[in-house]
Amino acid sequence: MSFLVLQQVSKGFGPPEARREVLCGVDLSVKQGEIVAIVGYSGAGKSTLLHLVSGLLKPDAGFVTLGGRVIEGPGTDRGVVFQNYSLLPWMTVAENIRLAVDSVFPDWTEERRSEQVDRHIDLVNLTHARDRRPSELSGGMRQRVSVARALAMDPQILLLDEPLGALDALTRGTLQEEISRICRASGKTVVLITNDPDEGILMADRILPMSAGPGAILGPSFPVVLGPTRDRRALNQDPRFKALRAEVVAWLLGPGARPAVSVSRKLTLPDLEPEDLEIPRPLIGGRRRPRRRSEERRETVDLTP
Amino acid sequence: MKKIHWDAVLMPLVGVTLTLLAWQMISGRTVIRNLADGTVEEVRLGWVQDLPGPLQTWEKTRKYVVEPFAKREELDQGILRFTWYSLVIVAKGYAIALILGTPLGFLLGLSSTFSKMFDPIIQVLRPVSPLAWMPLGVVLFANSGKSANELAALFTIAVCAMWPTVLNTAVGVRAIPQDYLNVARVLKLSRTQTLLKIMIPATLPYMFTGYRLSLGIAWLVIVAVEMLTGRIGIGNFLWNEYNNGLYTSIVLCIVTIGLVGFSLDRAMSLLERRFKSIL
Ligand SMILES: Nc1ncnc2c1ncn2[C@@H]1O[C@H](COP(=O)(O)OP(=O)(O)OP(=O)(O)O)[C@@H](O)[C@H]1O
Ligand SMILES: [Mg+2]
Repeated sequence: MSFLVLQQVSKGFGPPEARREVLCGVDLSVKQGEIVAIVGYSGAGKSTLLHLVSGLLKPDAGFVTLGGRVIEGPGTDRGVVFQNYSLLPWMTVAENIRLAVDSVFPDWTEERRSEQVDRHIDLVNLTHARDRRPSELSGGMRQRVSVARALAMDPQILLLDEPLGALDALTRGTLQEEISRICRASGKTVVLITNDPDEGILMADRILPMSAGPGAILGPSFPVVLGPTRDRRALNQDPRFKALRAEVVAWLLGPGARPAVSVSRKLTLPDLEPEDLEIPRPLIGGRRRPRRRSEERRETVDLTP
Repeated sequence: MKKIHWDAVLMPLVGVTLTLLAWQMISGRTVIRNLADGTVEEVRLGWVQDLPGPLQTWEKTRKYVVEPFAKREELDQGILRFTWYSLVIVAKGYAIALILGTPLGFLLGLSSTFSKMFDPIIQVLRPVSPLAWMPLGVVLFANSGKSANELAALFTIAVCAMWPTVLNTAVGVRAIPQDYLNVARVLKLSRTQTLLKIMIPATLPYMFTGYRLSLGIAWLVIVAVEMLTGRIGIGNFLWNEYNNGLYTSIVLCIVTIGLVGFSLDRAMSLLERRFKSIL
């Protein structure tokens, strides 16, 4: 029985005359407790997909269900880690997490709530930075605060949008292991968005490539047949890891590289005459005013070679 | 240790000195002439004959400055005492302006319908001079007895000083990043919580810019208001001394008004910077 289901979900932006189809019939089902990674090109529509699950966006067609119920809007059963952290800069680390806890557990006692906040700050190893503001934290620390905030809501499903996208490769490695550990320990269902196939394989149970937009779709699902404890250094030599990565990348570069649908739009050539660079530009007055063809009364085209 | 930038201290001093010298040079001076028939005659000489020079101003207005809080008579008080009366009324009018202006700005920023409806009216009312509002204020509060003058003054200050707060708050609300609002949505914050925890903090820097500009206007308006209503204060003092032909006091008032306005602006911009640094 699948916990999260997306069925033929499509989403586009913009007014009808200049519409951009971003997702075009996406199917996905995630079981309870599963960690699923979605890998894709930048601008393909990964964040859009995640926002459809978080309820911040509504699908144009198809439907998204969570635990059998259609998602109508945002809810505290889904913990979101936004691509750009989205911490509130005027609040300290503790206050940012506290805001979430207060909102989700209004009937808890004061002690229980602050205990929940402290426990989650500790979980991401930020106790020393508890009373600092986001501007005083490094990118990786902010990211961890964002993860702690999502976890502190005790959601049924975690939605992580490129949680390590803005970090350098070395920091990324340590944080991948850390977040992976936390996610597995919590036993929650996780949808992880990433642009790095290695990261997806390292952290997830299953990896799905997303084709390039516009009109992106999800590719076949590749189960990750490695054990739950994965050492980054050892993996690099693992033949199964290498084979899996090759398969995913092959799909992304092959079938996934072409947009699934072609967009057609009527092109109108600009009604402007190009500037003739042969004519010397006057010193004063600068550039000649652009001339429209429709203003031109007579046009002579010299075809002599 | 903080290094003192001598330029920052010295250059303004040089500027002030040069200005004083130029002022002294163009201003007029009084000369006593003995006439042929034995009587004496006082004449003003100089380029701008009736403009008192700095030295003359200092001599004539010393008593207001050296005892700034003295109260000798109703119309003969220390300069800072007059200033204080004005500041009190400005503070009240300014408070009204902020209390009305901030929520109005929030409404304008939050609702595009509201904004479309009222933005034109605001744009029309905004450039109206305090001198035009004042008579209306006097008429509106004519039959409120003893406090009529004060109410008219407060009305004028509030109505003139409100607009920068309204407009800057509205801009600030419109500029709240969508990310913060998304956080409010996924955390399922209530409307009040969203307003208190997200919108107001995110708008604060803009609000303070509005507050600073509003304070400047409130201080501009007070002089006009006091001239018209005859409330005791620095503007009223200036007007009385003008009517008495004591031009030195006018100069003193101008300098004082300028210095007070400058200090108010500095204080507000310190506050403003504090809030800007958070974001
Ligand atoms: N609110 C919006 N209005 C209009 N277009 C949008 C909106 N949000 C996203 N898009 C468009 O949808 C496409 C996909 O955006 P999305 O943010 O989902 O990409 P992404 O896969 O998350 O990319 P990245 O890896 O760079 O984060 C982009 O072309 C973007 O321009
Ligand atoms: Mg994205």
